[in-house]
Amino acid sequence: MNLLVEAFAWIFDPAHLGGPNGIPIRLVQHLTISLVVLVISSVIAIPLGYLIGHTGRGRSLAVSLTGGFRALPTLGLLIVLALWLGIGVEAPVIALVVLAVPPILAGAYSGFEAIDRRTIDSARAVGMTEWQIVRKVEVPLGLPLLIGGLRSATLQIIATATLADYVGAGGLGRFIFVGLKSNDYPQMLAGSLLVIALALLSEGIFAIIQKLVVPRGVVANQNTDVRTSSPRRVAVVGSPTEERK
Amino acid sequence: MIEFRQVSKQFPDGTLAVDDFSLVIPSRKTTVFVGSSGCGKTTILRMINRMIDRTSGSIEIDGEDIVGLDKVKLRRRIGYVMQNSGLLPHRKVIDNVATVPLLNGVPKKQAHERALELLDTVGLDRSLANRYPSQLSGGQQQRVGVARGLAADPNILLMDEPFGAVDPLVRAELQQELIRLQRELDKTVVFVTHDIDEAFLLGDQVVILQKGGVIVQKGSPTEILSAPANDFVADFIGATKGKRALHIDRRDGREIVLDSEGRAAGVLVDGPTGGSKDAPA
Repeated sequence: MNLLVEAFAWIFDPAHLGGPNGIPIRLVQHLTISLVVLVISSVIAIPLGYLIGHTGRGRSLAVSLTGGFRALPTLGLLIVLALWLGIGVEAPVIALVVLAVPPILAGAYSGFEAIDRRTIDSARAVGMTEWQIVRKVEVPLGLPLLIGGLRSATLQIIATATLADYVGAGGLGRFIFVGLKSNDYPQMLAGSLLVIALALLSEGIFAIIQKLVVPRGVVANQNTDVRTSSPRRVAVVGSPTEERK
Repeated sequence: MIEFRQVSKQFPDGTLAVDDFSLVIPSRKTTVFVGSSGCGKTTILRMINRMIDRTSGSIEIDGEDIVGLDKVKLRRRIGYVMQNSGLLPHRKVIDNVATVPLLNGVPKKQAHERALELLDTVGLDRSLANRYPSQLSGGQQQRVGVARGLAADPNILLMDEPFGAVDPLVRAELQQELIRLQRELDKTVVFVTHDIDEAFLLGDQVVILQKGGVIVQKGSPTEILSAPANDFVADFIGATKGKRALHIDRRDGREIVLDSEGRAAGVLVDGPTGGSKDAPA
């Protein structure tokens, strides 16, 4: 408990709130790396996932390939890449892209696959081109699952970007590695807490986005009457006689 | 006029769904394909708008072989109504109805005005225009589906068991609406069903199919009822039993029509002016 207090004291120490080694600069580094990784992964995974989802081909190949990559330990991959590319930001970015592509890919194609085949069939039958089917039907209806994939990818990126500083790329991981070397446990804990807070924040933001992008017509008729109490039906006028006793 | 000439369709897995099918579908009449599941009726229907491409033979619309036509353009000039309405769940009713005109580049305002008129045509209140499909009843969705099929003012309307998924009362209502619409709009309607009553109610030409798209009998409902081609047809249309095998019984000086079970189906009265629906004019 004492350690936790010390960690918070470390975070709010004015000396750490600015300067070339302060929290803001590491936070910006961490977010920049995460964002760059998210953008690169999306550029790779979304079109590929859409292609797989629309044509229904290559799914098993993509699944096994990305699943295989996903099984690679990120730290090991990072070290191999750093030995090859040298110290800097490239190695962690590539290692993190490998981590982030599978969930985004899965979100993209499963979003397409989850659409009722009859909806797509009828869109084709009234005379939509394949491209129009993708743009006007599959993308909007597949959006909720894609956002879900982006959400889980972002969470993993933010958490794992901590490793970036292992090869000198900075970010919030710096506090953890510096603390580790100098046995400065409050600093290590402070770094961890900051990463956790960032991850939770991104979860929150994505949860809101996910709610917002569900097409309105799809939500319109969903049952909002979620049961929170007794499964026994409450008596209303005209209902059968299963009254609450 | 749609003409099938020796059309066959073999699916990649080897199934011969339609074998050597020839038929003329007259313009401005309703032709109904009826048969049990797997008889190829939907395959035949979907070959007209090239949702399925025939393997051999030719299909002509007004003398033009559809193989030479662009699929997308062809589909946009043929109305299509399917069983579960097939509406886009993320678009409002009005946008669903206006789908094809909007694809064809009609300005949004004009397309929406036309869509509202079409809601009137199919008997839907204009206040439903801004709802989403999931907020409508099954029958209402089906009406929207018909409105969408009519939106580009096509000459041909393909209907694939459009009333199969709604309850019997609503189905009867929709059937009457379709008869009224057909009287007003004069389209070439090609209709697929497995319900022989529906076929006889709606069809000018009824085509009874067996597995492989084999035509067992075609003709007007009267022709088929008066002379079933074989036992299969007689059985299928229920001419040997049930509510179509009627006989007359005389009671208290009135002629009562009874079915094969002896239940009263009605009384005999003097025929309405105009005679039978199919009588030559």
